[in-house]
Formats: sequence, structure tokens, C-alpha cells
Amino acid sequence: MIRFENVSVQFDQRRVLENIDLALGEKRIGIIGANGSGKSTLVRLLNGLQTATSGRVLVDDLDPAKDGRKVRRHVGFVFQNPDNQIVYPVVEEDLAFGLKALKLPRDEINHRIDEILARYDLLDFKTHPSHLLSGGQKQLLAISGVLVMAPRYVVFDEPTTLLDLRNRNRVERAIADLDQTVITVSHDLDLIAEYDRVLVIENGRIAVDDRPAVAIARYREMMA
Amino acid sequence: MIAGLYIDGNSVLHRAQAGPKILAMVALGTGVFMVPDWPVVSLVLASVIALYRLSGFGWRVIIAQIRPMAWLLAIFFAVQLWLNDWQAGLLVITRIAAIVMFASLITLTTKTSDMLASLERALRPLKPLGVNPEKVSLAISMVLRFIPVIATVASEIRDAQRARGLDRSILAMIVPLIIRTLKMADDVADAIEARSFD
Repeated sequence: MIRFENVSVQFDQRRVLENIDLALGEKRIGIIGANGSGKSTLVRLLNGLQTATSGRVLVDDLDPAKDGRKVRRHVGFVFQNPDNQIVYPVVEEDLAFGLKALKLPRDEINHRIDEILARYDLLDFKTHPSHLLSGGQKQLLAISGVLVMAPRYVVFDEPTTLLDLRNRNRVERAIADLDQTVITVSHDLDLIAEYDRVLVIENGRIAVDDRPAVAIARYREMMA
Repeated sequence: MIAGLYIDGNSVLHRAQAGPKILAMVALGTGVFMVPDWPVVSLVLASVIALYRLSGFGWRVIIAQIRPMAWLLAIFFAVQLWLNDWQAGLLVITRIAAIVMFASLITLTTKTSDMLASLERALRPLKPLGVNPEKVSLAISMVLRFIPVIATVASEIRDAQRARGLDRSILAMIVPLIIRTLKMADDVADAIEARSFD
């Protein structure tokens, strides 16, 4: 369970989030809103990439601002641009990066890498240079790099923005197949149309919190 | 490209530990500069090429390693021919070719992660002096990883500026490149933090 308790975030003089109170327990949660509305800041609070100016966030009763390291093991984060997320020059080396930080034995690391690569049809690219993968493969590698750590929650921050339709669909299927709780920030309304709950953020506040059909319809009206 | 040199294989060199291979590279680099005879150095170069074949690489791979430095070798040979004689020219170019070819062979047969693991082990005794081997290793891997990414960004900026008729302006190239690289550095730092590296 994720809780936001009266959370506000302020950058210099600008309020980015204002008095957010939320309890998120659904399996699929979508977050939409205009550019600069505060949606990315909201999800960055979940693993301590951003700390609240006031109020607190709890992820399974742990506060990311205080227990960042523990929380990050359970909250995976997939960013918009996979190029900024892939750290090592070779596919298998990048997947091993997070696992080494967990101090897992080498056999376990190899097993997890093979398993995740097979899941996304990337096994043939195991020893390939990561920069030579296609955009879609890079995003799947970035997702793999997160899933290989076996998190309980996965946050996607605009995961399909840079992808063509085929790769967008691959990523959508990959997300749909996840067992984990998924929180997706997106401008791609189709991506979150089948989710359990959608939040619309406007000027740092939650303007709509409803089922996808209702929330998306309201969002379209707001943006008209 | 630097980041993508490793080629999978199962030869003796592929299976050998990274540490001894790097030490062999240092030894060969020092050795060829101590030998003053071009026939001996040529023999070393021939042995390096033989090692390529023993490691399962074809002539295409071997030529691909020599080709980028061919013009440089030609210049060195010409300069030595002008200042000394053809034997001196051969000595210089066989030395350089042997070192570069052997270094490439090590890169072709060693995963970056294995090389970095060796480096981490080598740096471990320096921990009491405040050196963090894991961070040094991460920094090197990121340099290798982001060379092609920054090259792509530079190419995108060049195309965008060319489309605006600014293809002769260095400033129009450098400023957005620095800004995008700094922004990227922020995003990468976030991603590393998100992946539990402290």
C-alpha cells in the first residue's frame, strides 16, 4: 500500500505539489496531466528521488525520505529515455549492475539475467553492445534492468513517449503482463485505458481520481 | 566503437582471466620498446596476428583493427624514412601495430565487466586511502557506455543546426551539446540511484 499524507513539494518559490492525500492499493494506477502539472514529481517521491517539502509518503509503511535504500529495492523506476537508464555498455553487464548492488551470488545473477532476457526475447542480444539495440529493445532492456531486481512496485514515467507504434505495443504488453503493482505516468491515454484507477493532476493537485473511462473523459474536457 | 568491441567466443584467450591479459599487454607494450630490431618486433606482430587466428577471428576482424590506424602508420613511416632510414620506419610502425593490435585483441576477448572487476580488485588495497573501487569502475563503464550516446546527441544537434543554416557555428553546436549532456547526467544519476547503487 502506498500513502501520501498531506504531501507538498516546493521548488524555490513554486509549489509543484499541494497537500496531496492519497492511498493507492490498486494493481494498475495511471497518472495523467499537462506538462509541468507535477505528475513526475509525484512518482519521484515514491523512491526518494524527490523528497516532500512537507507531509510524508509511505510505501509499505516505509518512508522513502528516511529509508531510501530499502524502499528502492521494492520500487523499480523506468524512465522515459532508456539511453539515460542503461549504464553499462553490454546488455548482460547492465542487467548485472543492480543485482551486484544487492550482493547476490554470481549463479543467482546469471540465472536472473537469462530468465529476464528470455522473457523479452532479448537472449540473442545478451552480449551485444547496448547502444546498438533498437529504441524498443532499449526500453525493454531498461524494463528488464528494473524487473530483474524483483521489485514489488514498478513506476513507469512516460515509457512509450519515444517509441514507434510496434515498440509501444510491445512495451504495453510487457507492462500488462507484470505481476507487480504498476504506476504509470503517461500522455498515452490508450496505455492506461484498462487500468484500475486514473489520477488527473492539474497545477500540483489531484483534479480527478476515478475509473479510467471517467478520468480520461474529464481530462479530455479539461484539455479542450 | 569502443563500447562494442567484445566478440563472444570460447578460445583460450576468451577464457583467460582479465588481470593476466592486462598484465601481458603492459609487458608487451614495454617489451617492444626495449627491442631495437625491426625483425624481432615484426615477429612479435606476427605472433599477435597468429593469436587472433587462434582466438577464432578471421582476416576481416584483423584488417578492421589495422585499417583505422593505417594512415597514421604511413605518416610515421614516411617521417622516419625522411629523418632516418627505412629500417627505423619499420621499427616504429611494427611497434605501434603490435601494441594496438594486442590491445584490441584483449578488448575483443574480454568483457568490459571482467576488465572492470580486475580493476576493482587491483584498486581494493587503496580503499584505506579513500579510493572507492566500485565507483571508479562505474565511472569507467559509464564513459564507455555514453561515448556512443553523446556522439548520437552531437549528430542530432548538428543536423538540427544544419537545418537552420547554422552548420558553420561552433557555438550553436557546443552550447546545446553541453546543456543536453548536463541534463542527461542528472537523469543518469537519478536512474543509478533508482537502481539501488549508493
